[in-house]
Amino acid sequence: MDIGFVLAQSITQALGVTAIIYCLAAIGLNIQFGYTGLLNFGQVAFVTVGAYSIGVVVVTMGLSLWLAIPIALLASVILALILGIPTLRLRADYLAIVTIAASELLRLVVRSIALRDIFGGVNGINGKIGEQFHALNPLPAEFVTPYLTFSRQDAWVVLVGWVIIAIISFGVWLLVRSPWGRVVRGIREDEYAVVSLGKNVFVYKMQALILGGMVGAMGGIIWAIAKQSVQPDTFVPDVTFFTYTILLLGGAARIFGPIVGAILFWFLLAGVGEFLSQAIQAGWIDFLKPTDVGPIRFILVGIGLMSLMIFRPQGIFGDKRELALDGR
Amino acid sequence: MAVDTKSALGPRGQASQAALAHVPNIPGSAKPDPILDVHSVKRSFGGLTAVDVEQVQVQRGAITALIGPNGAGKTTFFNLLTGFDAPDTGEWTFNGQQVAGTAPYKLARRGMVRTFQLTKALSRLTVMDNMLLGAKGQTGEHIYAAFFPFLWSKQERANRERAMELLSRFNLAEKSADFAGSLSGGQRKLLEMARALMSDPELIMLDEPMAGVNPALTQSLLHHIKDIREEGTTVLFVEHDMDMVHDIGDWVIVMAMGQIIAEGPPGAVMKDQNVIDAYLGTHHDKELTESGKSLTVDSDPEGTHS
Ligand SMILES: Nc1ncnc2c1ncn2[C@@H]1O[C@H](COP(=O)(O)OP(=O)(O)OP(=O)(O)O)[C@@H](O)[C@H]1O
Ligand SMILES: [Mg+2]
Repeated sequence: MDIGFVLAQSITQALGVTAIIYCLAAIGLNIQFGYTGLLNFGQVAFVTVGAYSIGVVVVTMGLSLWLAIPIALLASVILALILGIPTLRLRADYLAIVTIAASELLRLVVRSIALRDIFGGVNGINGKIGEQFHALNPLPAEFVTPYLTFSRQDAWVVLVGWVIIAIISFGVWLLVRSPWGRVVRGIREDEYAVVSLGKNVFVYKMQALILGGMVGAMGGIIWAIAKQSVQPDTFVPDVTFFTYTILLLGGAARIFGPIVGAILFWFLLAGVGEFLSQAIQAGWIDFLKPTDVGPIRFILVGIGLMSLMIFRPQGIFGDKRELALDGR
Repeated sequence: MAVDTKSALGPRGQASQAALAHVPNIPGSAKPDPILDVHSVKRSFGGLTAVDVEQVQVQRGAITALIGPNGAGKTTFFNLLTGFDAPDTGEWTFNGQQVAGTAPYKLARRGMVRTFQLTKALSRLTVMDNMLLGAKGQTGEHIYAAFFPFLWSKQERANRERAMELLSRFNLAEKSADFAGSLSGGQRKLLEMARALMSDPELIMLDEPMAGVNPALTQSLLHHIKDIREEGTTVLFVEHDMDMVHDIGDWVIVMAMGQIIAEGPPGAVMKDQNVIDAYLGTHHDKELTESGKSLTVDSDPEGTHS
């Protein structure tokens, strides 16, 4: 058992590309759900749109990555409009139903045989999707991440990824402490009260959905660039639920909530998995097979999260006083 | 009670009572200067006709009370007028403009602001944030400006000052940093009223502003409502407490089973047989106010009796 290695692996995961993608999805969801109270159960749809837009523009159409990124963001705005226009005037639960359905619909569309020429069917889009980005990698060719186990390519993505997260988080911080932020938090509490004060609630909800969707799409963009591959069956509803878990773990309606949530979630998941594997190899645990590790770590992390919700329901950064209030 | 409040009538109060003095006490009667003018507004829920108002006008600058037994349709009528509910038929003007079908937030911006019978305090916002939400025309509420605090910080400071002023008027100043959800029921009523006033409404519509507010505070609230009128705001309020209606109402509109059944100054309305019947049924030997003063007020219009 090499505890140092388990730790290095866990930290690598906690700061890695996947954590960054989920962190962005969670920041987006925080704008929508945490601050505005929109029940978006299809955040994965925005990640899908981000990733596939990059794949299609770069590989299928053979255009520049730098053109693909604004197109991907534009596509996420269009998705938000499509989801929001019919539902945001209705009760909150309608958005939940529509978004979860839309996210599955989107996955089925991109994996369909009929559209295989564009989206690549079940194989997705593979190729030099992020080449133009990786070409800018300033790290020396013989670069090795000290202590951690990032490849040179991943280290570059991770560096840029966290800078993007810092910038976006700063923007969100500016937004939510402004009068705009006050209006959306008011909408979360009671939208009719906010209407009665002369605010066009529909517009604010739409803005929150669009912004959160764009940040989620940013996660998808990084996904496509980092993994150089876009696979339809990775964009399942689980992504949305992990995102919710991360947000609630860190604390909803808190700037650092999604960041801490994503880091901790992937640290725990990787740590528990690595620890179990090592323990099995070392013969400490003989009733499990190495193949059991995958599911078992989810069970353990799940139990941990449940206890967190019971003993610290506001998440790590949340304010307990807020939960004590009867939120209506 | 009636003595000191009536005698404290300010110039605007006197003016609006004088203006209403010659209005006939019949349902739907025309007012000299209506801010609100309603025609054949009807709303039914399934088989039940909740509101069926032929015609009613609300005098500008006056305090008008809308009374009626439970289920009379008062709240539904408020919801219709403010755009929160859509009528089956009917139209109404606010400030001379047709506003039927206008979105509720637009009506609020035009100066027609309402409160809710079931208070809508925004629980997980501070009392101060609740107040600030009421302010109109905030630059920082635009998403692009929100990123640049220097564009709106000055306006924000001014709004804060104004909010503090209003909060101290409503005995909530020391609560300004608390979550609104931590307030008592009565305090929430006060907060909602103060919040509505943040927008400087032309017409403020209060749905049972006194429900749950303790009697000692009720007195100062009555003064506040009269102050609001003195500042030029028209007040339309729903209330079950007849003593209060009597104290501050310049004019009373009575609803029963969705219709306007009587109108007039408080004293006259409370003597009206239709009104007494609507409230108490046809067999009764009670009076509508606790002190019974409504039955004698007409003989003493200056309210100098005890
Ligand atoms: N959304 C609704 N669906 C069905 N019926 C309704 C609805 N809203 C109100 N009603 C009915 O309309 C009638 C009028 O209700 P409303 O709330 O307007 O009365 P109110 O005069 O405000 O009474 P109260 O003094 O008790 O507040 C009642 O009979 C009520 O049951
Ligand atoms: Mg009512």
